[in-house]
Amino acid sequence: MGDSMGTDTGRKIRVLVAKPGLDGHDRGAKVVARALRDAGMEVIYTGLRQTPEQIVAAAIQEDVDVIAMSILSGAHNVLFPKVMDLLREKGVDDILVVGGGIIPDEDIPALKECGIADIFTPGTSTSETVKFIEENVKRRS
Amino acid sequence: MMWNIKQGYVSLAMQRLRRLVHVYVGGIVELNQSNLKGELDRWKSTTYGKTCARFPERREKFEGTSGIEVQPVYTPLDTEGIDYLEDLGFPGEYPYTRGVQPTMYRGRLWTMRQYAGFATAEESNERYRYLLEQGQTGLSVAFDLPTQIGYDSDHELALGEVGKVGVAIDSLADMEILFNEIPLDKVSTSMTINAPAAVLLAMYIAVAEKQGVSPEKLNGTIQNDILKEYAARGTYIFPPKPSMRLITNTFEYCSANVPNWNTISISGYHIREAGATAVQELAFTLADGIAYVQAAIDAGLDVDEFAPRLSFFFAAHNDLFEEVAKFRAARRLWARIMKERFGAKKEKSMRLRFHTQTGGSTLTAQQPDNNIVRVALQALAAVLGGTQSLHTNSRDEALALPSQESVMIALRTQQIIAYESGVADTIDPLAGSYYVEALTTQIEEAAADYIRRIDEMGGAPMAIERGFIQSEIEESAYRYQMEIESGDRIVVGVNEFYIEEEPPKGLLKVDPAVADLQCKKLADVKASRNGEAVEKSLEALKAAAEGTDNLVPYILDAVREYATLGEICDTLREVFGEYKPSGAY
Repeated sequence: MGDSMGTDTGRKIRVLVAKPGLDGHDRGAKVVARALRDAGMEVIYTGLRQTPEQIVAAAIQEDVDVIAMSILSGAHNVLFPKVMDLLREKGVDDILVVGGGIIPDEDIPALKECGIADIFTPGTSTSETVKFIEENVKRRS
Repeated sequence: MMWNIKQGYVSLAMQRLRRLVHVYVGGIVELNQSNLKGELDRWKSTTYGKTCARFPERREKFEGTSGIEVQPVYTPLDTEGIDYLEDLGFPGEYPYTRGVQPTMYRGRLWTMRQYAGFATAEESNERYRYLLEQGQTGLSVAFDLPTQIGYDSDHELALGEVGKVGVAIDSLADMEILFNEIPLDKVSTSMTINAPAAVLLAMYIAVAEKQGVSPEKLNGTIQNDILKEYAARGTYIFPPKPSMRLITNTFEYCSANVPNWNTISISGYHIREAGATAVQELAFTLADGIAYVQAAIDAGLDVDEFAPRLSFFFAAHNDLFEEVAKFRAARRLWARIMKERFGAKKEKSMRLRFHTQTGGSTLTAQQPDNNIVRVALQALAAVLGGTQSLHTNSRDEALALPSQESVMIALRTQQIIAYESGVADTIDPLAGSYYVEALTTQIEEAAADYIRRIDEMGGAPMAIERGFIQSEIEESAYRYQMEIESGDRIVVGVNEFYIEEEPPKGLLKVDPAVADLQCKKLADVKASRNGEAVEKSLEALKAAAEGTDNLVPYILDAVREYATLGEICDTLREVFGEYKPSGAY
């Protein structure tokens, strides 16, 4: 979207780092936001307590290539799929969506099934996350 | 006020200087110390230096989490500025460096208090009774996020969150179930609740009334610490000013009606978990404490009326000596602040009593059983540091809420320290260690330095408003993560010594049906209560919020009529508005 001049390959990857739900644990989100920025990406952090509707609206308005969501409260099985549903409703299919937080292994297959590209759990290095985004971002390839 | 504390520190420095002069006058001591200095220099250039030249040490510089350099060896030279009677004293006496009680754990062990709560009041009640049967000595209630942010379970923002990180409480009816068959005059209960703390306290008082227990017999704590919510934890509702009013209202109400209740737990735990160093944890917590004391004094309360019921809450992380020194420094610094800055007269006002939780952020999802060992070390630090109560984390908490089996191991860890290790048999056993005493002083000074900077900004609320405290924490969190990624900091099982492993089994899962169940209970309560009385009580609360009355009695009236937490908080939202963080990122 927006880059009709064919400058896509030259522009920086734009990432929305988002905190859906009510939990206030944003240490991980902020560390990832800064690491992505240090890796040369443009990062917008939503702040706490965002509804899926707010996240999708922000992603569209900010014309991002990636949404990176973090939840530590256990609400991921409800809120991550809701974001994916809303994206589909809006006809958005070219934003790479990743998730992170306290997410049990057994929940991951269903989350991937609904369209989350990958889930990063505790202990993941920020360089892994950077690499995954660089290799999988849809709009620039 | 700022001037007073500076004077305090200046006079402290002068005392130390005078002591050094005395030492010089006292001939023999001077000779010994200067001999020692010469001998230390000799050792460094010969025995130690030669070895280092041949076999370099593991790293060029050793540092604690707070960036304080750790020396190869500590000697009496490192403690020569410390005066035993002035700076350490005896247990139960000013400045309480060695502990707040005269007998410490020889009299009574710390309270073993596991933070627990999930799903419905029924299930949490069952877990509490299990923990009490297992020898736990106090309760600690975890509430779910909608409860912590003042939303009922049927609110749209509660979607997916009901019963997840704690128990869902919508009205007095849930609270009655939560404490069913638990005699409230026999247990002490800590409640991790902040923005709506006054409401949950009112519900607790109302449950006690129904059990026939009068408020003066109640023991426990509400966290009630809003400043760290803005800075690090995120469960705020109202803007700072009305939030501070609710807090001072509870101070006032409890000092008259619930005298044994800890009206606030000024918390460094979440500041540390958000990434702060040990020094930052201490400094920002005490700076918040100063703001609460000042707010209560400004509201017309006498410092010695409310200060004895202030309590604190710290984290215990892996660096054993740094943690012990932090706890000792916390007591000494707070005692001096209360005495010198606020002119407290009562001994009880100067005593820093604290709860400790082992560090959740130090737990790894990889090889989770290793966490048992981390928790044991951290718990040991808390006990050696003189904690009044302790929560030990469970091994599986980097993965999910803890299973019953994991909680049992965590509780047994405390019991082994208490009954088998021998560390509880004498008071403050690490006192006099050259290293621990030097580190205690260094941490105290570094924290006092931060507090001075925060004072210059106008105090903790202003420092938070300007984003200073948040950015200091973020900076430390990022540095820590980069140290792990560069391999400069080893985390066993994560960036070193890792193995391929099977996903862990038996994790606790909260049934998604809990949300529907909770919403149904809420609807039943609303259908069976006296709607007119509820409305009247909420109107009275609103009028009081618009005025200057203490709000606790009005909240208590509404709670007794089964007004819901969401209704009470919405009433206050109408008058107070909601906090919107300014920090664009």
